[in-house]
Amino acid sequence: MRLILVLVEHSGGVVDDSAFELASAARKLGEPGEGVRVGAVLLGNDVSGIAEGLGRWFDDIYVFDSPRLQVPDGVAGAELLAGLIEQEQPFVTLIPHTNTGMDLAPALAIRAGAPLLADCITLEATEDGISAVRTRYGGKVHARISAAGTGGFMATLRPGSFAATEAPGAGGELHTMAVPEGLAPQRRFVETIAPEPGAVDISQAEVLVAVGRGIDEEEHLEIIRSLARAMGAEIACTRPVVDKGWLAKSYQVGTSGVAVKPKVYLAIGISGSYQHTGGIKGAPFIAAIN
Amino acid sequence: MDIIVCVKRVPDVAEAEVDIDSSGRGIQLGTLGYVINEWDNFAVEAAVSLVEAHGGKVTAVTVGGEDDEDVLRRALAMGADEALHLTDPVFEGSDSFGIAGILSQAVADIPYDLLLTGAVSGDVGGGRVGPMLAAMAGIPHVCLATELSVEGSTARVRHEVEGGLERVVELDLPALVTVQTGMNEPRYVSVLGIRKAGRKPLRTAGTAEIGLDPDTVGPAAVRVRIDEMFLPPRGEGAEILAGNDEDTVAALVDRLRQQGGI
Repeated sequence: MRLILVLVEHSGGVVDDSAFELASAARKLGEPGEGVRVGAVLLGNDVSGIAEGLGRWFDDIYVFDSPRLQVPDGVAGAELLAGLIEQEQPFVTLIPHTNTGMDLAPALAIRAGAPLLADCITLEATEDGISAVRTRYGGKVHARISAAGTGGFMATLRPGSFAATEAPGAGGELHTMAVPEGLAPQRRFVETIAPEPGAVDISQAEVLVAVGRGIDEEEHLEIIRSLARAMGAEIACTRPVVDKGWLAKSYQVGTSGVAVKPKVYLAIGISGSYQHTGGIKGAPFIAAIN
Repeated sequence: MDIIVCVKRVPDVAEAEVDIDSSGRGIQLGTLGYVINEWDNFAVEAAVSLVEAHGGKVTAVTVGGEDDEDVLRRALAMGADEALHLTDPVFEGSDSFGIAGILSQAVADIPYDLLLTGAVSGDVGGGRVGPMLAAMAGIPHVCLATELSVEGSTARVRHEVEGGLERVVELDLPALVTVQTGMNEPRYVSVLGIRKAGRKPLRTAGTAEIGLDPDTVGPAAVRVRIDEMFLPPRGEGAEILAGNDEDTVAALVDRLRQQGGI
């Protein structure tokens, strides 16, 4: 039976939703008529509490627990995973296409000599390997991509693209893994910085008027402000607007900004890259003005 | 301090309608303009301003065909000292793994303290080449940097991590850092500036010059194939309001009101 490994992302003792999405995607990668074993890979310090919660999703849980893994480090993580892959020979290793996943996966692909399908929004096993759909050109085009072989593939999966379904009987057998003495993270940790709270908390807003680079000029923000006032809405924006210094980071909606869950989202001059739309949660009514 | 910055020229699709080409595995490039990859522009600015502050040399590198020389001329105009154009017909059709291999072979011959790349590219967007290059070169890396400074032989990097947080770490040089947009304010490049920079050294090299095995690049060496490209299906339940402005605005206001947006 095929083994699929899933790298579990967590922060502050809480497992990221991507872990459950990837576990569910993994269940569909068996050979025709056969199930799969889905193994979680957990890296961190004092993570036994996190491991306990994974049993309804994963058949096996490989835990690397060490003070040296307190701070995620893509290079150190790649080294540990490469060892586990060599030992367990998974059909595919799934990694969330998040900031930390993007930091680790390419380094791992080189160490493990594996084909890496990046930022997949679908994934399936095929007769001769593995196949996925991903976006290109900022989401304007979709591409079907594939890699051939009998196993040892790697894929990063886009958060929010796969439905999470529990596997109640999975059980989650714990495997305590040794962290080699020689493993010395190459990054020296200085500090972790939480985003500065803004004057307005857009994560709680019910109606948002969001602007992107399509508004062209900073002066046009005044029109947007008066529109938002008239609607009783808060304003929000995409990354390029923050990069240009037109609005503070606390107004940025997206995977590296604020997650929002409004009832109504009016998007103005926004192309809708997944880095932006990934920050829109729930099922709001979205109107986009081109 | 010597810095190598990897840059790429990409089709400018921001305001364009994109269509699939006749091969079914690419897009029609005919009418599209080209720009420096947005992330790389911030990387070049970071390289140039670090060398202005600390001394040293910036070498801009790209992999591509004849027309891709433009992106190197632009980097030279921004303040890079030298440029290396990695060009060879056999490079065409390489995937991220192949491109990282070409770059790693080429930079092995150039002394450097810091390797910079954009965090992702606007055309492919997987964010793979930078960290793959670091792994091949055997140096540490940090992805998605929003701040970067160097003191002595140490780089201090602020970068985007899990849970909407940012983290500051230090790395011993040599190291590779991938640059996020917004790290700095890339300087303006004028046509005159590009012309003036025409005197700066720009070298071209292919597989023979960098000593690369041609079997490791090109379509035959790809690890991940592109089988087809297609336009994304329209979202279910999506509605496009068309017509004159007056009717469209009235229809939009109507819908916003129904949904509690006004």
